[in-house]
Amino acid sequence: MSRDTKTNGKPLLTPFNLVAGIILIIGAVVTFLRFTRGLGPVTNLSNYNPWGIWIGFDLLVGVALAAGGFVTSAACYIFGMKKFHSAVRPAILTGFLGYAMVVLALNYDVGRPWRLPYPFIVSQGTTSMLFEVGACVALYLTVLFLEFSPAALEWLGLKKLRNVLHSVTLVLTILGVILSTLHQSSLGALFLIAPSKLHPLWYSSYLPIYFFISAVIAGLSMVIFEGTLSHHYFEDKMDKTHMEEKDGVVLGFGKAASWVLAGYFIIKVIGIAVDNNWHYLATGYGAWYLVEILGFVALPCFLYAIGTREKNLTLIKWTAAWTVLGIMVNRLNVSLIAFNWQLPSSERYFPSWMEISITLFVITIGILVFRFIVTRMPIFYEHPEYGDSH
Amino acid sequence: MHGIYYTLQQFLTHAKGVTYIIMVLALLAFLGFWRFLAGNDED
Repeated sequence: MSRDTKTNGKPLLTPFNLVAGIILIIGAVVTFLRFTRGLGPVTNLSNYNPWGIWIGFDLLVGVALAAGGFVTSAACYIFGMKKFHSAVRPAILTGFLGYAMVVLALNYDVGRPWRLPYPFIVSQGTTSMLFEVGACVALYLTVLFLEFSPAALEWLGLKKLRNVLHSVTLVLTILGVILSTLHQSSLGALFLIAPSKLHPLWYSSYLPIYFFISAVIAGLSMVIFEGTLSHHYFEDKMDKTHMEEKDGVVLGFGKAASWVLAGYFIIKVIGIAVDNNWHYLATGYGAWYLVEILGFVALPCFLYAIGTREKNLTLIKWTAAWTVLGIMVNRLNVSLIAFNWQLPSSERYFPSWMEISITLFVITIGILVFRFIVTRMPIFYEHPEYGDSH
Repeated sequence: MHGIYYTLQQFLTHAKGVTYIIMVLALLAFLGFWRFLAGNDED
């Protein structure tokens, strides 16, 4: 199979490259300011609001949307659903880059990047939930790197090393599932220490479960969403198998997402019932909660079900995009909008333009690296020397 | 549903009672939903 990368013939000055270039330049300037002047001049963070969008969006949303890696590899390698095989590598790559961008963004928030290994080698705060989060991010990023490596090694022609890593695929998949389960839920568990700050409709002792299950939904939806975009922009990189399996992936993942969304909806309702928080639904925050739970959980659950029943791929793809947006809404609600809800509006947090520019900077880097990799490495096609051995 | 509860037992009896009813209804709804979701499957 001849894989002719056509990037050489394409003009450099495309609208996408132009916008990406501007974002990167602004991001580089703000990065310089952040690491030379500190958080104060760059962010709107305060003692009331120590976590802004770098945590609420870059980290919480980034980690949730990176869940496609473990969901897809578990479906294929643990549950034996080989019909999703062609979706594994793109999902692993999205997960790997998602987590890498999370760690990059985390450096902006915590500063002093050289101290990143301190929780492991200097001061182990083993009673802290953040220690568990840090340990899982570090370990899972390593696992994702190893899971992704065979594609890079095939590209580099390092056959022996590729075969060694390929032989431990199942072990890595199991590790990925374990670490993701721990990590996604512990991000929710972080907010358990703030019952007085998080609005009662979003606060629940089930937060770890909510975060984990919604991450599975995010992962399933993200695979459909990312696959749709990839088919639009990188179709020339896809082989026959990938093209043949793509509709099955959309239908299968749409069905799974519908089922998990139904379960998520029920446990969210049960969360309200257990804490007897019904009366909050009649307030302004209650209206916003209903928008989230009806508009971004019940509605996509129903639309996914309709799309799956009627084999309506377009409906499933649009629903996936809507669900990805819903995950963003949920994570921002928990970390920012419903957090510190009792403070007067003058004390509430809204990100500065420089914080937003760093978020765009990180996302842009992720997209550019994704494009670099998929236009060179065997992500959407099988490498001719290895066939479908992975 | 935001009544006055004088004891923890009163509160838990009410909250858990509502929760259990929702759980039973949800389990039944899941059966229907699964049939709806898998309704057009060929096999």
